[in-house]
Amino acid sequence: MGEEYILQVKDLHTSFFTDSGEVRAVNGVTFNLAPGKILGIVGESGSGKSVTAYSIMGILASTGRIMSGEVLYKGQDITKFDKKQMKNFRGKCCSIIFQDPMTSLNPVFTIGNQLMEAILLHTDKDKKQAKERAIEMLELVGVNEPAKRIRQYPHELSGGMRQRVMIAMALACEPDILIADEPTTALDVTIQAQILELMQELQKKLGMAIIMVTHDLGVIADMCDEIIVMYGGRVCERGTAEDIFYRPAHEYTKGLLRSIPKADGSKERLVPIAGTPINLLNMPKGCAFCARCDEAMKICLTEVPPQVQMPDGHYASCWLAYRDLAVAQEKGAQG
Amino acid sequence: MSSGYLIEVEDLKQYFPVKTGFFRTTPLKAVDGVTFKIKPGETLGLVGESGCGKTTVGRSILRLYEPTAGTVKFNGEEITEKNIAVHRKDMQMVFQDPYSSLNPRMTVEDIIGEPLDVHKLYANKKERREKILALMELVGLNAEHATRYAHEFSGGQRQRIGIARALAVDPKFIVCDEAVSALDVSIQAQVINMFEDLQQKLGVAYLFIAHDLLVVRHISNRIAVMYLGKVVEIGDADEVYEHPIHPYTESLLSAVPIPDPITARQNRRIVLSGDVPSPMHMPTGCAFRTRCRFATDKCAEECPALADKGGGHFAACHNR
Ligand SMILES: Nc1ncnc2c1ncn2[C@@H]1O[C@H](COP(=O)(O)OP(=O)(O)OP(=O)(O)O)[C@@H](O)[C@H]1O
Ligand SMILES: Nc1ncnc2c1ncn2[C@@H]1O[C@H](COP(=O)(O)OP(=O)(O)OP(=O)(O)O)[C@@H](O)[C@H]1O
Ligand code: SF4
Ligand SMILES: [Mg+2]
Ligand SMILES: [Mg+2]
Repeated sequence: MGEEYILQVKDLHTSFFTDSGEVRAVNGVTFNLAPGKILGIVGESGSGKSVTAYSIMGILASTGRIMSGEVLYKGQDITKFDKKQMKNFRGKCCSIIFQDPMTSLNPVFTIGNQLMEAILLHTDKDKKQAKERAIEMLELVGVNEPAKRIRQYPHELSGGMRQRVMIAMALACEPDILIADEPTTALDVTIQAQILELMQELQKKLGMAIIMVTHDLGVIADMCDEIIVMYGGRVCERGTAEDIFYRPAHEYTKGLLRSIPKADGSKERLVPIAGTPINLLNMPKGCAFCARCDEAMKICLTEVPPQVQMPDGHYASCWLAYRDLAVAQEKGAQG
Repeated sequence: MSSGYLIEVEDLKQYFPVKTGFFRTTPLKAVDGVTFKIKPGETLGLVGESGCGKTTVGRSILRLYEPTAGTVKFNGEEITEKNIAVHRKDMQMVFQDPYSSLNPRMTVEDIIGEPLDVHKLYANKKERREKILALMELVGLNAEHATRYAHEFSGGQRQRIGIARALAVDPKFIVCDEAVSALDVSIQAQVINMFEDLQQKLGVAYLFIAHDLLVVRHISNRIAVMYLGKVVEIGDADEVYEHPIHPYTESLLSAVPIPDPITARQNRRIVLSGDVPSPMHMPTGCAFRTRCRFATDKCAEECPALADKGGGHFAACHNR
């Protein structure tokens, strides 16, 4: 058991200890990732997607701590790894493309310098080969004149170019697991398509597994084998693209899908989900979404909803889904 | 105010020197002769390939760079080194990179309050705080967040801090550089509605730079498409989307990811092949010709000018 998955996250809780109190960013996230598969993570801004990714990589801010739960890489709990094991894990086993390229690129070194360093650190190439590989990777991600570009500093590149440098860096090490946190937000759609194809190619060629965190529902619909939807540090729904887009069961997911601008260019006012995001310093007792949910019942305010398996096989954590299912089962039993 | 335009950009050029050897530098033509106008209360969408010069256009309009050539007028008055300070309050920018544009060691309250302090926009402490909290609510941030530091926020939360700061001084013109790209679609919808409300109420004009073409189409009255430092197509938003003229616009629109699993998987993209040209080494003639499926000999010889192809829909192409 467990061997079929390259990564398993079990009931992960991560908090930050700040001046204003304990920020409970991740409140029980569970998912499995099989080799060669693409898992999509969508969810509200601030719902704990990046913090989940940082927890897996062991790169939380100094005020952050994994409070409980397990992160299993090939069956081994990496939350118990020592510094050296962690260093080996990062890069070769698991690479991350950060949401923000500027925090992870060093402003005082040229991008060529930084790419080569990553390649030298994680592969057995020599300096000359590393330089060739750096140029080759930049070319693969569609950066023009890579041989000249490697002499430029991060601030001299456009937003999308910096993002592609990050992508090149993460892919150069050919990791088992790639965590891509908003990898293509700064890219135009043609280059985005090119990069996504490159990722899919590596996924097929190397059996690389990908965790794709993004707000771009078009990318999610196109690429992912499985999707989890997050709200308030929890997974509120999990299923295939068809499950999530055509048969959403959680009220947050439904609201999210209603907010997408229409493809026909109608200028109709957009429909956001009413209400404000929750305060993680003071989490509601029951369902994290209850204050904004049109369908909320009494129990939603007091108890965390259980994960329910829908008739089509996908999962939602919602009392309404639980009730509907119980009613349907009762009917089935009666007649 | 005679022209009726709020912003007039005329043949704007912005070149950067790039080191290409120990003693050599090559000019990188980030923006190479861009012209457009924006009326009060109007939104011009600006789209184009990553690296084509969109951010640079925005920054040059606000004089964050000294332009290599060309002029920018605000309300009919040419903006210069001297008078930019006067116009600072009226022209704001939401920056593409929310991380590096916010000081991580400042609290949210102080970040949003800074422009209020600079322009003395409150009578007392209480009014300052009220203004800040109102701005935070406007962009969907929790009031409890006011005393937290910028580095303690998620990507999308930081982006909203940047938006609140730009709005603090009631500007007349805002450059929104990928201003909603880090937001989930629900908060994005909320922020876009807010931008539209401000426009309705106060007549704010926007230069809306974004890669999400569904969003750009929704919010823009007109759209300009850039390729390698030049505007290659400009016109009414629906017109450009439904009847693209320039081959680059056509390929760009064909690659829009559709948020629907079945359509997304059978989507027919026009994949661009051929050499990706560079602003350090511009092709002769039309910059797009190295990747264009309609290119002819003429395209290599002569740079096509932006021409009216009917009804105020301009495109720069010899063959379409
Ligand atoms: N260093 C920190 N200190 C305190 N709180 C933090 C810190 N980092 C993140 N948080 C909080 O944890 C929550 C989850 O943040 P996270 O970055 O995971 O969100 P996200 O889902 O990635 O959002 P986005 O889509 O906007 O990037 C947020 O509410 C954020 O404010
Ligand atoms: N300070 C600078 N020094 C040198 N080159 C620069 C500088 N700023 C921008 N450039 C170059 O100018 C070109 C245009 O950059 P710009 O940031 O305007 O692109 P963009 O259209 O905003 O792209 P993106 O969509 O990726 O953000 C790029 O080739 C970039 O490398
Ligand atoms: S001018 Fe020629 S190369 Fe340029 S877009 Fe038109 S057909 Fe293509
Ligand atoms: Mg994030
Ligand atoms: Mg930019």
